[in-house]
Amino acid sequence: MAERYDVLVIGSGPAGLTAAHAAARHGARVGLVDAQALPGGQVWRHDVRFSAPAFARRCMQATLEHIKIDWLPQTRVVGAEPGRLLVEDPRSARWLKYGALVLATGAREVLLPFPGWTLPGVTGAGGLQALAKQGWPLAGKRVVVAGSGPLLLAAAATARRHGARVLAVFEQADRAAMLRFTRGLWRWPARVMQAAVLRAQLAGVPYHFGSVVTAAQGEDALREIEVSGPRGQRRIACDQLAVGFGLAPNVELACMLGCQLEAEGAQQRVRVDARQHTSVPGVYAAGEVCGIGGRDSALIEGAIAGLAATGARTGIASLQRRRAQARAFARQLRETFAIDQRVRALAQPDTLVCRCEDVTLGALDAHVDARGAKLATRCGMGPCQGRICATALAELGRAAGIAARPPLFPARLETLALAPADGIAASLAT
Amino acid sequence: MSTCICVIVNGKPVEVVAGASVAAAVARAGSRFRRSRSGEARAALCGMGVCFECRVEIDGVPQQQACMLIARAGMQVRTDG
Amino acid sequence: MTHSYDLIVVGAGIIGAACADVASAEGLKVAIVESGAIGAGVTAAGMGHLVAVDGLPAELALARYSLGLWEDLRDLPGGEFSRCGTLWFARDEHELARIPDKLARLRAAGAVAEAVDAAQLRELEPALSPGLAGGVLVPDEAVVYPPVMARRLVERACRRRATLIHARAIALGEHAVTLDDGQRLLGNVLIATGGALQALLPELLIHLRKGHLLITERYPNMLHHQLVHMGYTDSAHGQSDSVACNVQPRPTGQLLVGSSREYGVSDSEISLPMLRRMLRCAFQFLPSLRQLKALRAWAGLRPASIDGLPYIGRVAQRRGIWVAAGHEGLGVTTAPGTARLLVDQLLARTPAIDARPYDPMRAAA
Repeated sequence: MAERYDVLVIGSGPAGLTAAHAAARHGARVGLVDAQALPGGQVWRHDVRFSAPAFARRCMQATLEHIKIDWLPQTRVVGAEPGRLLVEDPRSARWLKYGALVLATGAREVLLPFPGWTLPGVTGAGGLQALAKQGWPLAGKRVVVAGSGPLLLAAAATARRHGARVLAVFEQADRAAMLRFTRGLWRWPARVMQAAVLRAQLAGVPYHFGSVVTAAQGEDALREIEVSGPRGQRRIACDQLAVGFGLAPNVELACMLGCQLEAEGAQQRVRVDARQHTSVPGVYAAGEVCGIGGRDSALIEGAIAGLAATGARTGIASLQRRRAQARAFARQLRETFAIDQRVRALAQPDTLVCRCEDVTLGALDAHVDARGAKLATRCGMGPCQGRICATALAELGRAAGIAARPPLFPARLETLALAPADGIAASLAT
Repeated sequence: MSTCICVIVNGKPVEVVAGASVAAAVARAGSRFRRSRSGEARAALCGMGVCFECRVEIDGVPQQQACMLIARAGMQVRTDG
Repeated sequence: MTHSYDLIVVGAGIIGAACADVASAEGLKVAIVESGAIGAGVTAAGMGHLVAVDGLPAELALARYSLGLWEDLRDLPGGEFSRCGTLWFARDEHELARIPDKLARLRAAGAVAEAVDAAQLRELEPALSPGLAGGVLVPDEAVVYPPVMARRLVERACRRRATLIHARAIALGEHAVTLDDGQRLLGNVLIATGGALQALLPELLIHLRKGHLLITERYPNMLHHQLVHMGYTDSAHGQSDSVACNVQPRPTGQLLVGSSREYGVSDSEISLPMLRRMLRCAFQFLPSLRQLKALRAWAGLRPASIDGLPYIGRVAQRRGIWVAAGHEGLGVTTAPGTARLLVDQLLARTPAIDARPYDPMRAAA
């Protein structure tokens, strides 16, 4: 393991993988950091039962086996000083020095509060997909997938592949918006193929537009859900509800480093120039953290960022043209799956918003300002550091800040006590 | 056929496929993950290390994210659900 | 537009909130001027440890007086009053030798305090590292959650017809204050703006002493008392950057880990070097802290006066202008006593303790 990397890449999804590979191919010594044990990010997450698509496998293999790339799994960035990051893994902590940094921190799911959303058995849509790939038991389980966006189809297909009985998919966007979207799809033939494959995998699973899960019920676990759609209300008995409303960029590290952010709908993304450079010298960003764009733009942007981080002048222009096309698709998606007002109104005064500290929406309503509400209720002060509730509150049109102070994730105290001169410190815990 | 490993969840042996997460083992054991501050039962939500709902005690170390760790044979997992 | 009040409190931190509470309870017509959230400044950054620090006699007197008054506030909902007691611990014989004097000072001020030997210390707090010499237990002391306490005091004042005005005070007159929304309020004006005091009262020096805190995940029953190293008082009264071990069990099971003091810094960004020093100091005495998970860390700016005692009373050379500020790290502890002292002076009553050591006149001189 090197003490200093020419290029340090944070995140090993498609953007991080191509960034690391591009930089290494250009001669740089690269460190590739990810919080997960295996590379791939969310979209190429390792599946304990099924192997990844060939292209993904090739991409991961080429990067991980590259002689100039050090793979640093299960590693989280918790702090920063100029030119170096404080990282922690389950066994140790260290400072990683870098010449240039590529932020490929991806996105998380937007999970919106509704009555019953805290019941065991209710997960995110991408959440259920991730859990299933990690071996979560789904065989024979009755699963309903709901929320919004193309991720619902992928989540339903994964659940089914893992043996679930997918009862239905409920998409909040209405049929008209979806039709407008599909009519424009011819511009992205690969996407048409992707959608067709997913639909084929989901043969026999009803797909309903304009439908919203309004409540989940059960005692200590999910038993039943209520769905409101064009044909009225109905109740469905099920074991798992997977519900997600699209993605939000993981901007916390960028924010801590002082990178300028910009609005992406209700959320924030990192502002970059044509070379994926952020507003901070030597810090680049690529993929979902620069705005939700999907795998294709992540792959392209990662390559641009990796090259730019090594100071390359060539090879970037053609990638920039491809990026524009990929990003245009993302804009279409955003418009089609824009969250309906009905969804924003699901949370009731007694619905929990902050799941770490058990704070209801009503408790927040008693306060005029966000800071006062946070101090009085502790909303956002738990271990998720507001990643769930602040993201949701932003979608609900309420002000919520980004937590961007060290520790960026909950970290061992001994990690925070590590000085740059200390080298690697093994944890006493293991 | 994938190999299986055995982990102990709340004293009960549970088989999971090699490479599965601790979260999967807890779910297979039929256990809740944790009780919330007000006593609600909670389980994994995001599956990707963001929400911290799946915190459990692993080999005596509390507050570990079950979805971020791969189950190892003989691992002792305790939940407060 | 002009309104008249008996008392206009500028600043709704714990000090302003307590003053508004006491003044409104006396039947005074009170206005509270605050541009931000209630208790969101240094009040929210502190530990909320209610403690009698025995460094300076007048500091001890005000703390002891206040601790008695806190007993009437302990049931305020959400304020999380928790009587965990304070356990001062001594590292070695040298520190142990200071204990008789400390006990004498605390007892003379009316506190219940007892010496504990090394074995008792271990029994009280098994997580403390072995080999510590002994300590002092002050069982009646407590911890609170300051921002909610401040909010409850303001709410209580408002129920007694106090008016909360969301604005910033920009200029003082004689018995008058002008707000940034154009309003001019008439009456006695109390400046309780802590670290921002000099914006309105440039003649009263305030030094900011930056401090860091860190809070952990929940580890119920790991610690039982607020633990303070005997060396804390030296750190608090020193003149250079320092750290001291000061760890608090919250009623939630979380641990608050402190403390640091930095001079000549006016930002509240986290300094990793200072955080490291603070944590390493805590690890010396509580080695098991190393493995715990930190949820958040933050920094705040303690407003210190020129001599370690707060400014409480009438501001010399000004008419109808009062001050209650400069409490450094003891604002939460001494808020109720400060409020009582201030309102007694306002009403020309004889205060329960000697008010002269806190007279802001000393700083203007």
